[in-house]
Amino acid sequence: MTTHDITLTVNGTDHDLSVESRTLLVYALREELGYTGTNVGCESSLCGACTVLLDGDAMKSCTTLAVQADGATIETVEGLGGRDDFHPIQTGFQEEHGLQCGYCTPGMMLTSVDLLEENPNPSDEEVREAIEGNLCRCTGYQNIVNAVQNAADQMAATDGGEDVDLTREYPTGDGDDGGEGA
Amino acid sequence: MSIDSVDPEDVDAADILGSAIERREDPALVTGNAEYTDDIELPNTAHMAILRSRYAHATIEDVDTEDAEAMDGVVGVFTHDDLARADTPGDVPFLIPVAWQLPSLNDVDHPMLADGRVRYQGDAIAAVVAEERAVARDALDAIDVDYERREAATSPSEALDSGASELHGDADGNVAFDWEIGDEEKTEAAFADADNVVEFEADNQLLIPNAMEPRACVADYNPGNDELEVFMTTQNPHVHRLLLSGVLGHPEHKLRVKAPDVGGGFGSKIHNYADEAIAAWAAKHVERPVKWVATRSETYLTDAQGRGHETTAELAVSDDGDIQGFRVDTKANMGAYLSTFAPAVPTWLYGTLLSGQYDIPAIHATVEGAYTNVPPVDAYRGAGRPEASFVVERVMHLAARELDMDPVEFRRRNFVDDDDFPFETEVAVVYDSGEYGKPMDEALEMVDYEGFRERQEQAREEGRYLGIGFSCYIEACGLAPSELAGQLGAQAGLWESSLVRFHPSGTVTAFCGTSGHGQGHGTTYAQIVANELGIPYEDVDVVEGDTDEIPHGMGTYGSRSAAVGGSSLVKSAEKVVEKAKSLAAHQFEADPEDVEFADGEFHVAGAPDRSVGIKDVAQQSYLAHDMPEDTEPGLEATSFYDPDNFVFPFGTHVAVVEVDPESGEISFEQYAAVDDVGNQINPKIVEGQIHGGIAQGVGQALYEGAEYDDNGSLVTGSMQDYAVPKAEHVPEMETESTTTPSPHNPLGVKGVGEAGTIAAPQAVVNAVADALEPFGVDGVEMPMTAERVWEAVNGRATADGGSEDGTADETAGGDGGER
Repeated sequence: MTTHDITLTVNGTDHDLSVESRTLLVYALREELGYTGTNVGCESSLCGACTVLLDGDAMKSCTTLAVQADGATIETVEGLGGRDDFHPIQTGFQEEHGLQCGYCTPGMMLTSVDLLEENPNPSDEEVREAIEGNLCRCTGYQNIVNAVQNAADQMAATDGGEDVDLTREYPTGDGDDGGEGA
Repeated sequence: MSIDSVDPEDVDAADILGSAIERREDPALVTGNAEYTDDIELPNTAHMAILRSRYAHATIEDVDTEDAEAMDGVVGVFTHDDLARADTPGDVPFLIPVAWQLPSLNDVDHPMLADGRVRYQGDAIAAVVAEERAVARDALDAIDVDYERREAATSPSEALDSGASELHGDADGNVAFDWEIGDEEKTEAAFADADNVVEFEADNQLLIPNAMEPRACVADYNPGNDELEVFMTTQNPHVHRLLLSGVLGHPEHKLRVKAPDVGGGFGSKIHNYADEAIAAWAAKHVERPVKWVATRSETYLTDAQGRGHETTAELAVSDDGDIQGFRVDTKANMGAYLSTFAPAVPTWLYGTLLSGQYDIPAIHATVEGAYTNVPPVDAYRGAGRPEASFVVERVMHLAARELDMDPVEFRRRNFVDDDDFPFETEVAVVYDSGEYGKPMDEALEMVDYEGFRERQEQAREEGRYLGIGFSCYIEACGLAPSELAGQLGAQAGLWESSLVRFHPSGTVTAFCGTSGHGQGHGTTYAQIVANELGIPYEDVDVVEGDTDEIPHGMGTYGSRSAAVGGSSLVKSAEKVVEKAKSLAAHQFEADPEDVEFADGEFHVAGAPDRSVGIKDVAQQSYLAHDMPEDTEPGLEATSFYDPDNFVFPFGTHVAVVEVDPESGEISFEQYAAVDDVGNQINPKIVEGQIHGGIAQGVGQALYEGAEYDDNGSLVTGSMQDYAVPKAEHVPEMETESTTTPSPHNPLGVKGVGEAGTIAAPQAVVNAVADALEPFGVDGVEMPMTAERVWEAVNGRATADGGSEDGTADETAGGDGGER
């Protein structure tokens, strides 16, 4: 089986690893590097549980090959914030009861972060459209929409302060090949 | 009204029960620190994949595993013959059992791996265990199965047809059971005297649960001590332990089943499937940890599906609008084998709810269960109760229409009176408490019903079609007591067990035999226990989902956790307080009867300065230096709480839609829900349950449905083909509640997990039917796709000679529009 040496920068940490050609990014993250916060729900880009930020864009890691991500900067749920330093999106999800079983939540939050980076003041309809590629079976989405709005309000209130930095710079590139589904 | 959540630190201890506090589960879940089954990585884990039948019905002539076994990285390939050859002591048949009996049940064998025959697409044939997940999947392709295909039937009416191919030697005509409830004679008499008979015929389509986390397990066997540990996606670990013990012939006390974080269930993780049993067997056989994680395709093929009814019903009703009798005949799809609690779902969980919120003087229902070539059908969120509510509320809609009565007034006229509770229905249950008019009144206000009718009329004049649909549902949760469950056929008690334990430092761990998988029990149970013990919320930890830690349990399903599990915690906490009181009395040198307990403090009646906190008492109980005579050290208590009766939540949901008859598209204008789930432990969590339930109900009404082709192949086998609602598909929900405490449990709670799913489908169907009344459409089959709506409008128009002027439908409810 052919293997490839690749480098991934995950949540600010550089990792060198060797992967098979067919290894999916999500399994490289979960099984090679131990970032198990990213979940697998469908292995077909349809549910969004595996969404990560790849070079700043929300991307479904279950249909991205690890080799495609060679050299990329990846943000997973583990990189958002710990329990004592929540990212606004994490605060929003907790305060608005935007999650129940939590399985879709990491992907849902990262898609939302991508949205808020591009559109800091979305309408409810825009939120619903942005998370179209992320399925949730528990919440009926209403409190997820509220959670994203809650995060947007926090960001606006703190005027881009350091602990709500959603605008950190990533190397740009057309990394989004449509896998996001939005 | 959206509930605002609050930080638990901002809530006074005395107010903790009933506060909408944020969930303590969330920090782990939003930081990636949750541990779902697939996140468990034991050293030396092997991975299992399962070869599944590609056909819905076939004889298996041969399974050739040689090439697969020869592949690099393959540890072993196992078929039914290997199970039978295994060195397990005793005579273990490796059959998956059913845990609910009915007198007429034709029980059939369900082999863990196919024994010469497959009966649904996805039936397990062989298991590969390999060093890596991908290698195990690769090896499936190297197994050669020689199939001899047979005719398949996927609907109950097809399977029960005299010409249908039979699935099982033990079930003539594919009949799984024949069941009835109510008084046939009395009902016939009611119909003989009826002024009007309203007819109804409709399917309640098969649904696929689609929990976001696929089913999974990690099994680990220690040959040194014969301990078998199974970490799995389960809603009921103790039930799974008992059933797995029987299936595998492994002693129950040497088997541990643990639920890590579980990513949703909706019923699909109650059942005892073959797959987890195969993984556990394989772990014993290869003596190393074995992990199996279903692909999404596998969940579509194998997760027990829900609903699957074909129903005809008739309502006898007087000219004045009084219901005289109700007659229902249902054919229920049981799938290829009987899943764990499957026989209960279309019988006791369905027939007993056919009185709805109404005082119906005569009811008779018959249900025939059919074996078909689809996966086993069992409980899916609501389980029998949505099917019942659908039939009842569709019939109410049609009856009001036939009598030219307002649907609200018709329902109100027939509601069980507030004074009649407890109310014994004609279908074997006694409703605990209710005020059915209250949610209805509230809902009417929310949608401005009078204003709506004016707007509707005006819109019709403009060629726009608005509709309003009502669903006045009733639910039954916490099936109990166990004696009754036994009489109904349960091969289990339906009590719940808990243990409340003070630690010497004064903090508490509360163990409960339910097993949450997204419901937030860690939060709500801590609210209950903190309230009972009068100690800070943060001093209570909750443990669920592990047979090694929790004395016993029946699990989480049927909206039973708060009513039965929560009440069990109350009982355990009461016992703890009782013992602590005797210790405090000993310290006070007072009679325990003179000692009072409030806000976590014991004091002597009339002498408030003589007091001691329960935490201090806990410490003293473990020091045990000065205990009352005949009192053991320590402070903890266990309960097995067996409720007196079910609890019966109720409510009114109202959908307001606009339907475009040209395109068949349905859009929501409003969705209002008023639910009465008794006392609420945490209103924010209640709201979340209602929201999620409505989304699934709306999904059934508009989007979801398992479809099979003539060969029995699933054509909606992916998220691309089976429409799990997305954010844009679900309407904004307005939720309110009324509170009618249940008298049957110490918390006065009724249960909330399924209410939305039960209520929503018929609210939406009735709204669409109301919108399309001018076209003579009285219903549209679910899921109400644009195509079906268009056909209902235009097919009807053609049949009626192109009339769009609201020609009355003479066969209201007959075959009109539904099928």
